Amino acid sequence: MERIRTFAVRHARAFEWVYVRFERALVAMDPLFRRIGYDRLERPVAAVEKLTKGLLFDCRMCGQCVLSSTGMSCPMNCPKTLRNGPCGGVRPGGFCEVKPQMRCVWVMAWEGAARMRGGGQISDVQPPVNRALEGSSSWLRVAREKAAMPGGPTDAPRDTIARAFPRARAHEPAAAPLAPEPLRASDRGVGR
Amino acid sequence: MTDDAPPPDFARWQPSYDTPPPGHVSGSRLERVLRQGHFAVTAELNPPDSADPADVFTAARPLAEVADAINATDASGANCHMSSIGISALLTRAGYGTVYQISCRDRNRIAIQGDVLGAAAMGVRNVLCLTGDGVGVGDQPGARPVFDLDSISLLRTIRTMRDDGVFLSGRRITSPPRMFLGAAENPCIAPLDWRPDRLAKKVEAGADFIQTNYIFDIPVFARFMARVRDLGLDRRVFILAGVGPLASGRAARWMRSNVPGIHIPDAVIDRLDRAADPGEEGKRLCIELIQQIRQIAGVSGVHVMAYRREHLVREIIAQSGVCRDRARA
Repeated sequence: MERIRTFAVRHARAFEWVYVRFERALVAMDPLFRRIGYDRLERPVAAVEKLTKGLLFDCRMCGQCVLSSTGMSCPMNCPKTLRNGPCGGVRPGGFCEVKPQMRCVWVMAWEGAARMRGGGQISDVQPPVNRALEGSSSWLRVAREKAAMPGGPTDAPRDTIARAFPRARAHEPAAAPLAPEPLRASDRGVGR
Repeated sequence: MTDDAPPPDFARWQPSYDTPPPGHVSGSRLERVLRQGHFAVTAELNPPDSADPADVFTAARPLAEVADAINATDASGANCHMSSIGISALLTRAGYGTVYQISCRDRNRIAIQGDVLGAAAMGVRNVLCLTGDGVGVGDQPGARPVFDLDSISLLRTIRTMRDDGVFLSGRRITSPPRMFLGAAENPCIAPLDWRPDRLAKKVEAGADFIQTNYIFDIPVFARFMARVRDLGLDRRVFILAGVGPLASGRAARWMRSNVPGIHIPDAVIDRLDRAADPGEEGKRLCIELIQQIRQIAGVSGVHVMAYRREHLVREIIAQSGVCRDRARA
């Protein structure tokens, strides 16, 4: 729903304020999440996240949320699912090349970023989405990544992405995750 | 081939896999010309709907005399033609410099990384990373759009392959692809204010050169370039401005409404409509545009896209006088 996304972008600054605090709480809860078990939490939290972010951002549950770096405009709503937009086909007035009646998701993203304190993150080069993580909880992933001890165990593919996209790794670690993934977070058996 | 035919002679075509000269990433002719500070010319080839290599050479001939590299489009406008990798391989082996175009629309990261190695092995030294037009505007709108990568993550992917010698999976590449990395930019369309920042992102991702979409609006392009210079990008990347001869006012109007990402001011179309010979006027306009673009600081060359008017390219470049500063090889 474009109306939802327009609202989110218009209030990008307020959403940013809320999210910074929410994320801090998530990271602080990492020990608790560990005790309960990330694997056990995965499905219920993903369900809540889908409902909440669906209503607020028209979220598509890519599992690797970068809203803080895209002006609160969800890039998975771009018909080309660009993570580093906009493309070169934007129509006059900022409308989408593929869906001419829709405002370009990435024009909105740059507008939202201009309203945000950390809006400069839109300049970070984002890695391609790991399609195996679709449907999983990005909230839990952020908690795991930001709470993780440095020098934890990694594997070559994820390590390469994290090194090739260092700014995305620093600002949006869920987009280039390194912490071990719970079984239920992946539908292709990666990152166990 | 019959059973008593001699075994294939692999040594007959033995391309060298030389290390590029110092300060170069690929050593392609385009890269050398640009690094020497010359005004470079690239030209777009109209790919044939044919499997005959002669058709490729016929299309390339009028461009080869003036272009430092010939761009082989990758199903541009989502229309199916001979592949960019096929054309690039043929032309490279015949001694032409080519720009291998990769669109993210049709292939995923596995296919693309493999093709980059294949192209490099064939001798291709320049690559242009594109997101690609949506499938809906093409000749097969029912196709599944891929968009596994985007132009910027593709740039970073190939840079990682080239400079770190690994695939995105971390697996080692024994001989990394030596590619001069290109990207596109569209300075004259929305969001105008953010286009220079997106260019910065492409440079950050790994772009060595930029080929822009058509420039028909000099004031808008000049504003874009002013911002590019403020950001210091003209010192980090070579920018080739896109130009092309319009055939008529009608053709221009058709392009504007049917090809994604094309901005042609009304004044340009009026000028063609009023002309006695619109084709000739389109050519004159193109020459004037090149001369005006040349005066803008930070522009390193032009990229000529003369769709179905390739026969004019040599004349346009000669009359614009942009290559007088050097003897052509």
